[in-house]
Amino acid sequence: MPEQLAFTIEVFLNGLMAGVLYALVALGFVLIYKASGIFNYAQGVMALFAALTLVGVMEGQVPFAHLINAIFGTEIHHFGWHVPAFAAIFVTMCIMVLFSWLVQRFIFRYLVGQEPIILFMATIGLAYFLEGVGDLMWGSDIKTLDVGLPQGINTWLDETTFNALGYGFFIDNLDIVASLVAALLVAGLVIFAQYTKQGRAMRAVADDHQAALSVGVSLNFIWILVWSLAGFVALVAGIMWGAKSGVQFSLSLIALKALPVLMLGGFTSIPGAIVGGLIIGVGEKLFEFLIGAPYLGGATENWFAYMLALIFLVFRPQGLFGEKIIERV
Amino acid sequence: MKMKLATWATAALMAASPVMADLVMPSLSYRTGPYAVGGIPLADGYADYFTLLNERDGGIGGVPVRVLECETAYNTEKGVECYESTKAEGSLVYQPFSTGITYQLIPKVTADGIALHTMGYGRTSAANGKVFSNVFNYPTNYWDAASVAVNYLLDENGGDLNGHKIALVYHNSAYGKEPIRTLEGLSEKHGFELSLIPVDHPGQEQKSQWLQIRRDKPDTVLMWGWGVMNQVAVQEAANIRFPMENFIGAWWSGAEADVIPAGAAADGYKALTMNGVGRDYPIYDDIQKYVVDAGKAAGAGDQIGTVLYNRTIYAAFLAHMAILKAQEIHGVADITQAMMIDGMENLEITEEMMAEYGMPNFGPAFSVSCENHGGPGVGAVTQWDAAAGEWKQITDFAPSDKEIINPLIEEDSMAFASENNIELRCN
Repeated sequence: MPEQLAFTIEVFLNGLMAGVLYALVALGFVLIYKASGIFNYAQGVMALFAALTLVGVMEGQVPFAHLINAIFGTEIHHFGWHVPAFAAIFVTMCIMVLFSWLVQRFIFRYLVGQEPIILFMATIGLAYFLEGVGDLMWGSDIKTLDVGLPQGINTWLDETTFNALGYGFFIDNLDIVASLVAALLVAGLVIFAQYTKQGRAMRAVADDHQAALSVGVSLNFIWILVWSLAGFVALVAGIMWGAKSGVQFSLSLIALKALPVLMLGGFTSIPGAIVGGLIIGVGEKLFEFLIGAPYLGGATENWFAYMLALIFLVFRPQGLFGEKIIERV
Repeated sequence: MKMKLATWATAALMAASPVMADLVMPSLSYRTGPYAVGGIPLADGYADYFTLLNERDGGIGGVPVRVLECETAYNTEKGVECYESTKAEGSLVYQPFSTGITYQLIPKVTADGIALHTMGYGRTSAANGKVFSNVFNYPTNYWDAASVAVNYLLDENGGDLNGHKIALVYHNSAYGKEPIRTLEGLSEKHGFELSLIPVDHPGQEQKSQWLQIRRDKPDTVLMWGWGVMNQVAVQEAANIRFPMENFIGAWWSGAEADVIPAGAAADGYKALTMNGVGRDYPIYDDIQKYVVDAGKAAGAGDQIGTVLYNRTIYAAFLAHMAILKAQEIHGVADITQAMMIDGMENLEITEEMMAEYGMPNFGPAFSVSCENHGGPGVGAVTQWDAAAGEWKQITDFAPSDKEIINPLIEEDSMAFASENNIELRCN
């Protein structure tokens, strides 16, 4: 196989994998937007908060230790135990559900019926508040997240492609795991939405709030449910991204990677988030490889992803899978 | 009754007395935001050093030091706001630890007559004191770092880099682009092949860059990274099985936080340094006793001896020495902003001074002059020992190639002088 073709296939495959990771972040946005019409600016910070909490629980870190020590003059930092990953994930999920309840109880309950821009502004406030709470609760230092996920080159693929094509492809084991997890997550969400009572209620709220209310669906419960699901998605995204770079405050910036995915895939479609992620991932990686690095000096991925999304917007403003908005005047 | 009267009299006297003089040291910190991982030890070290001086020595020359911390979140606009809000307090020298903030402050400090010290970062050509009256970047700068790295490679390769392939992975910002001109000059001189691989802020995703490195197979990868870019790069290098001993980071890419997330895979990674590593220095016993154990540490007291904590201990030490020099020159303890500049411009650091203050061989011995605000331009190489969980200095402080760097400094600073109608000093 010609070397350039082999390189291109490798870049394409890695683009797909990167796209899955982008889609993981975008899914959280879609869930909340679809059910409540809120563009949740805090989704990236939720991923950060979930990852911080997971590491904190696993390591037995005392939450708010610095604050407690400063007030009471104590020197406590750790409980002295280590919690297994699965138990820690469960505890973190419970904390994310509690967080969802608090968000609903103290913020959005008072904003029902407000303009979308007001709800959006509320999520900006929530993002900064949550970032501060995360800092106060778990500290700002970098944390190593080890939940047993494999990392590094997949040697089987490397050797197989080398023997067959004369060039060994690089695929990161973590990316393969992320793809499997994303597939399971999407399948789970689809099954939940299609075949469970709560899932159907969630879809009813997404279709028409007023109609859902009129048949006895609790808007309050559904919104807590949706924020909890988004919290779970944020936790999964936080684990995958945190395993790559350690858990630190820049993790919240992964939301920037989700925006072009949403623009392209549509804000209301779960399959759209996946397909959008894949298109953005492959598009930006191939552009960087074929044009960006050789002719434009490189580092084109960030702006190219947005440019690609804008091009799609010109032809399909609602995104590939978004609902077409038709308003009578 | 007499007791009460005496107490009231003392209180009245204290209230009537002039405000106690102090030496104000602003600290433009970033304990929050995406670069907090580096910002926390930097801020802690700077504050703890001056706390030590206050607690142990009663300040500098009998005048207490007041550290004015202002949070920038590594944001340039906030950095400028911090500068504007603290300069009137009598701030003696600004050390923002951000190249972006540095570039914005250069014209401001020059107009306000305040010193700016950018140790190993900022505008490299500020080393030319004839043009940059208020800016200092001793003991070393980015261009020195690039040259020190190449000199190290020359040593490792028997003095010959002909045909050697070096890839520079850099933060796509003013900071990350700084070493490019120097490396291009050195590439011409030594015959190595240089490829440039930028990474956009913040650097969370670097798959394309490391696939390119895997395809190009460079002999050495140099990295000019900061924040999350460092951790991801080290992990990606491990993923593609790039030999860690051939991966060298700049001094802002060589902290504990940069390598710990990758675990054992980061073993052997190298980085430059401008100061000593580890906590095996007498000063840390004093910091433990007078600052940490006394409950006066700026942070949790857990950063002592880490690379970035040491860096600001060194930065604070150099500021301390400049204040002593200014006090000596002017014969007053409570120095002004203008006197601080005199102290910095006449600074001389000796081995004896470093040993006296509990930091033997912590950095190079050097002197500053009106013409040379950049110091000797030296650096050393450190290597990460993952098993021991510590950085080890594997070379002595060695000089950079002034034959390449000095003309670049001259050219860049003169262009700045011409653009800004600056009259040359030091004649």
